[in-house]
Amino acid sequence: MALSIVHRATGVALYFGTLLLAWWLIAAASGPGAYANVQAFTGSFIGRLIVFGYTWALMHHLLSGLRHLVWDLGYGFKANEREALTWGALIGGISLTILVWIVAYMTIGGGR
Amino acid sequence: MVEFALPKNSKITGGKAWPKPAGATETREFRVYRWNPDDGKNPSVDTYHIDTSECGPMVLDGLIWIKNHIDPTLTFRRSCREGVCGSCAMNIDGQNTLACTKSMHDVKDGAVKVNPLPHQPVVKDLVPDLTNFYAQYASIEPWLKTTTPTPQKEWKQSHEDREKLDGLYECILCACCSTSCPSYWWNSDRFLGPAALLQATRWVSDSRDEATGERLDNLEDPFRLYRCHTIMNCAKACPKGLNPSEAIAELKLKMVERQI
Repeated sequence: MALSIVHRATGVALYFGTLLLAWWLIAAASGPGAYANVQAFTGSFIGRLIVFGYTWALMHHLLSGLRHLVWDLGYGFKANEREALTWGALIGGISLTILVWIVAYMTIGGGR
Repeated sequence: MVEFALPKNSKITGGKAWPKPAGATETREFRVYRWNPDDGKNPSVDTYHIDTSECGPMVLDGLIWIKNHIDPTLTFRRSCREGVCGSCAMNIDGQNTLACTKSMHDVKDGAVKVNPLPHQPVVKDLVPDLTNFYAQYASIEPWLKTTTPTPQKEWKQSHEDREKLDGLYECILCACCSTSCPSYWWNSDRFLGPAALLQATRWVSDSRDEATGERLDNLEDPFRLYRCHTIMNCAKACPKGLNPSEAIAELKLKMVERQI
């Protein structure tokens, strides 16, 4: 049940994350000044924390969604399979998030 | 509709602590939900101590011991005491299960906490009102429906087709699954719940039944079937080891399959 709630919570969080994404795109389209504002916000500690949370919500919701897809196809219902899928989504989501951030820092040096 | 807080008259207040049985060397503490519709008071949790040296190992044995030796007003349903009838379904140590097959030694630390099945109206103490649950079972029409003339002898079924009912026909309708389901807590007026849907699958999967289409039509509804969000509490709760989630997934697949 707990992971079902997390799946929903990350789904709701994605709406707010998408707002952030929309703000970034609109700013990019409207000019360097507006874009610099967004960059200043997402580059700040709080901003990075929010973007990090958004990354996790996205990764977790993605994997958890795949887990539901497996169930909807009629597989993975045994107790051990259920546990494996659930832990897989949780651990996989966290790992992917960290991986994405490591890659991001290595390639573009911290979002700048 | 969704209720996040308990109604005022459902808040649990205090409770009586009954004295330990005199002369008992080995005791086990039980904390049991009590509510009497006649005294107008809120529910409470009473504390009992049972003498384990003269009591059987199951939680139901403990409850019967309490009723016989301490408090004859304690009310609960029980019948077969071997996990076949489904009468003694209750919430033990936070998990819906049958009191007769749950060993009190499996409840690890401290007191054995016993509550009625969650989110059902309470008749008294540990007895839930399952009227709605049974009505939902009736609504899926759990009997063989045929249009071809009745054969001279029995309706025949191959071994392979009979095997398709394994994991479905064993349900004892104890309501452990349905009352563990958050979707059922919040929409039990419209969502059929895992138990009734498992039975729906049982009749849809029966090779002898000739009303499969009608049965699926009856379930094609945003609430009746599709309030199931694969939360999996039902599969975790089932004291018979059945898997209502899987049965419901099968129903959802059949809904899609008949459209392509």
